[in-house]
Amino acid sequence: MEGGSITGKVIEARKLAAGYVGRKVWQEADFTVGKGEFVAILGPNGSGKTTLFKLLLGLSKPLSGELTIFGKSPARGNPRIGYVSQRHDIDNETFIEAAEFVRLGLVGTRWGTGLADAGMKEALDVLKSVGAGELAHKPLGELSGGELQRIFLAEALIGNPDLLLLDEPLANLDIRRESDFVSLINRVVRLRGITALLIAHNINPLLSVLDQVIYVANGRVATGKPQDILTSKSLTEIYDTPVEVLKDSQGRVAIIGIEEPEHHHAANHRHHHHRGQHEHYD
Amino acid sequence: MRPIIAITTTAVNTNIMTSANFNWNIISDLQMMLQYPFMQHAFEAGTIVAVVAGIVGYFVILRRSSFAAHALSHIGFAGAAGAVLMSLNPIVGLLVFTVGGGVAMATFGRKAMSRDVQIGIVLAFMLGIGVLFISLYTGYATEAYSILFGQILGISASDVLVTLIAALVILFSVAVIYRPLLFSSLSEDIAEAKGISIFWFGVFFMILLAVATSISVQVVGVLLIFALMVTPAAIAQRMTRHPAQGILLAVIIALLATWFGLFVSFYLPYPVSFFITTITFLGYSAVRFFEAVKPKLVSA
Repeated sequence: MEGGSITGKVIEARKLAAGYVGRKVWQEADFTVGKGEFVAILGPNGSGKTTLFKLLLGLSKPLSGELTIFGKSPARGNPRIGYVSQRHDIDNETFIEAAEFVRLGLVGTRWGTGLADAGMKEALDVLKSVGAGELAHKPLGELSGGELQRIFLAEALIGNPDLLLLDEPLANLDIRRESDFVSLINRVVRLRGITALLIAHNINPLLSVLDQVIYVANGRVATGKPQDILTSKSLTEIYDTPVEVLKDSQGRVAIIGIEEPEHHHAANHRHHHHRGQHEHYD
Repeated sequence: MRPIIAITTTAVNTNIMTSANFNWNIISDLQMMLQYPFMQHAFEAGTIVAVVAGIVGYFVILRRSSFAAHALSHIGFAGAAGAVLMSLNPIVGLLVFTVGGGVAMATFGRKAMSRDVQIGIVLAFMLGIGVLFISLYTGYATEAYSILFGQILGISASDVLVTLIAALVILFSVAVIYRPLLFSSLSEDIAEAKGISIFWFGVFFMILLAVATSISVQVVGVLLIFALMVTPAAIAQRMTRHPAQGILLAVIIALLATWFGLFVSFYLPYPVSFFITTITFLGYSAVRFFEAVKPKLVSA
């Protein structure tokens, strides 16, 4: 199996714990992600979803347990990973064109000035492939939130990565653009046969395209197929606290009973006595 | 800063050769001007500084670090005052203080775009040291004046050499780190995920900025550093979508402003830095004006 582990898994986590010294964000995480899977990572704010990405990117180390990615320990600057960050530094005073930014996804880590058009052809191709060909020469500062997300997706894809990590790309998109963007990602993932992990707050726009859900909450990480994991029984068992999963006539789900932790250390407590509400609902 | 300025408001621009007469043959004017060594040195240093300021300035704008440039120049004033106190060349104090301050700023505030508070804290501390130096200094206010507002017409041949060496080091460094610096200036988080060390690039850029500021102070002084380090690049980045073109334009604008300032001040008894700041400001205003009327022209 090319570049993969013995089992052909892209990501394997065993008894994995993440956080900082004196503060575990979550622990005892066991999950695997197979090649070509589209996986959503869900959970309340501060539950440690981005922490998982940091581990995969090699930007922080696990507290304990094992994590492999393509059969190896995570390392910084892995060219097989394409990443879309939650935060970015582009505002309306950014006059550089989109294609220049995307081009840097390919050549931006190299020393020297290089040629001004190095990687430009690849940048234009990948922009077209995400339906952003006409945005290529527009200044970044003039793009809308949804257009910027396409540019970031193109930037993440330009090196032909095998794994995409997308940190809340759907935040700040309205419902229509949200569903457009989800089908775009789905198309890209299936067409290229790559694996994608996407952090989201709302599972509903993703339900029809997902292979797997990783649910991070209350200091635990649960994983499975959406229809298996998103049931009252399964979530109640995993989190050791009564959780109800409600479905409406269109199959949309709402998850009630997993607390939005008010303090980050709350994630350490397995037994919660407070009952909060956290909804995933349109 | 207020008391310092109050001590030093007596204009010192005695170097100007007011006997020269302007005629419309610019070439012969320049030939005549460059017969004077002080004008030669001024053009040499001004040219070197304009190139450096244009290039470094482009990244200052991109990284939203103009407050850092401003603060470093003021910190440089404290350093220069200390050097004068110890009978050293002011450039030594400028370099030591701006590099120290720049590293401190980048260490306290790791993200280039959100370190205003840390910059202010370092600035206040180092200006405090500057106030101490000034209070200990009993010499003429002339030195302080030239550091505050620049004294390009008083630059010596050895100053030009120091400027040239510093500039070459900066240009070489920027050429080496160009792509990762550009990448991390546009998105720190993505660049970091690709293995670029945001922290070390931040520190290194602040050192480059510190050195660039130190040599620019000779031309426009600490109070007017924006005129060369920020305004030309701010104009340039609005005129093009390509970083390489933007840098080139910033250099050209800084060069034109500096040359124009030197040329005019040869004939008029006013400071060079006044002309440089005025022309760059007019340039920026013109760009904003054309941006504002362009949509109307297109739709009309």
